[in-house]
Amino acid sequence: MIDIKKLASGAWAMLCVALVGLSAPPVAEAQLQVDITSGVTAPIPIAIENFSADPQRSAELIRRNLARSGRFLVGERTVSDYLVTGRTSVGADGRTTIDFELLNLLTGQRLLIERISASPAAWRNAAHRISDRLYQKIIGARSAFATRIAYVSVDGQPPSQRYQLIVADSDGENAKVILKSRLPLMSPAWSPDGEWLAYVSFETRSASVYVQRVRTAERRRVSSRAGVNNAPTWSPDGSRLALTLSSSGGNLDVYLLDIASGALTRLTDHPAIDTEPEWSPDGTQVYFTSDRAGGPQIYRVNIEPGSRPQRITFAGAYNARPRVSPNGRLLAMVTREEGAYRIAVQDLGNGNVRVLSKSRQDESPYFSPDGGTIVYASRERGQGVLATVSADGLIAQRLAADRGEVREPAWGPFLPDAVAVQ
Amino acid sequence: MKKLIAVLALLGLLAACKSAPPVKQESGADLANKSDASAIAQPDDSAGPVSAGEVGTSSETTVALPPDLANRTIIYFAFDSDAISTDDQTLLAAHAQFLGSRPGLRVRLEGHTDERGTREYNIGLSERRAQAVRRVLGLQGVADTRLSTVSYGEERPAVAGEDESAYSRNRRVEIVYVAGG
Repeated sequence: MIDIKKLASGAWAMLCVALVGLSAPPVAEAQLQVDITSGVTAPIPIAIENFSADPQRSAELIRRNLARSGRFLVGERTVSDYLVTGRTSVGADGRTTIDFELLNLLTGQRLLIERISASPAAWRNAAHRISDRLYQKIIGARSAFATRIAYVSVDGQPPSQRYQLIVADSDGENAKVILKSRLPLMSPAWSPDGEWLAYVSFETRSASVYVQRVRTAERRRVSSRAGVNNAPTWSPDGSRLALTLSSSGGNLDVYLLDIASGALTRLTDHPAIDTEPEWSPDGTQVYFTSDRAGGPQIYRVNIEPGSRPQRITFAGAYNARPRVSPNGRLLAMVTREEGAYRIAVQDLGNGNVRVLSKSRQDESPYFSPDGGTIVYASRERGQGVLATVSADGLIAQRLAADRGEVREPAWGPFLPDAVAVQ
Repeated sequence: MKKLIAVLALLGLLAACKSAPPVKQESGADLANKSDASAIAQPDDSAGPVSAGEVGTSSETTVALPPDLANRTIIYFAFDSDAISTDDQTLLAAHAQFLGSRPGLRVRLEGHTDERGTREYNIGLSERRAQAVRRVLGLQGVADTRLSTVSYGEERPAVAGEDESAYSRNRRVEIVYVAGG
């Protein structure tokens, strides 16, 4: 029997989707596209069938997510170990409910039977969360599909370039400009709760550090001293920023700024350049770049007053811009080898260093919140692009902007509502 | 005219799309074993990023300079260096002399690097260059209160390019005159 009402409603929904697509203004921001450049040798075969009554094509988004993770081979049911099915429905409140199941095709066991609901506008987020649930169940580790990446995009030719601060979903879709300027924007850094971005803006023809609430665009200038105000990163408890300031003589040192009170504490005191601070996950130490030994190397200092910095990197003549993995065990950085700048990871336990990237201008590494992936900026044919590499070096991807140049990716934290309630 | 009507019709349809669809949809059938289904926390629907608009202007009032200085406001540097050449020392002496004759002017020294190396460390290197120029102007008698620095690192290149000819034009300090004591 054919349900006429349902058919009519479905047709209406499809017409609306088509119309919105037609009339949507051209996307002004650099949209990212994902290419997998290498993956694991034995990915897990999985089939994800289209969800019934799903005009948003959530299943396609989930297929792309799992494929680009490099851990899965997404294909037909007949050749797969796992099967995902689902159906969507719209409730009286207008919210879409997705019921989905994960089946082990080899054992016939149902591994997941779950439901997620979202407003139609948040369908992408819902599909990312389903991707995270599937990944967790099959791989046994957390993934970060339902997170966001902030980055800077630059349009136009020097000397009249235009700068944009952009927040996108982790797959590069859904990109939204949160600030535009004709003067440089740089150094985006997420607050631990994912609500705020700290960044540097030269909009007044001098450097200032701002914090901006992503959801409301409320922004506050938190540091605008004479000279350098740069490289903000948030303490794990969200109360302080580590940042770089200069003295009247132009000497750069790392300071801690209490955001609520504005109180400043000096952390380093050396005539060399001390900059690029990064907190240890427990908030008791700060890593930073210093050229006190000649070229830039990475040091670590306890935040208690009077602590002596300890040098951390020794391999090579140029190691800079440290970022620490969420578990505190790995240090990602930019290292120079044979004149090329590449992303390297140092094991903080045994000191072993691995170079993970291959281009000549790789910079700005930033860990995903699960710690499994590092996103960084690279250059390809004179264009700034974003790339990711798994922390074990096995899986590499490129996220290329369709126009303009993109740089300085900052991977946002898990959002509080990402925690599954069972 | 036809086009306009078509657009208006489209807009009308779109407006209708925003409100409830004309046919009420039956709620979808639940999974057979719904009681087994566990719920995931609801995505936050209101979390979409909002733009703070556009900031920063590209235009600035320019100060007219004497002919011998007009097109000579940029000091260039060697790779990884903040050393100022003898010729540029002479040029900076001429700028200092001009500043001596125009007490109403101030100078902003904008330091830059080429694109190699990390962005935030490059801010430090460009600050060193700006400070080197500041010291020379100070030694030539310009009061320090009339001088300020801003360090752009590699963020505002003069020219695009990934070769030494581009790099050498980007490693620089720009002398920007600003009216007002």
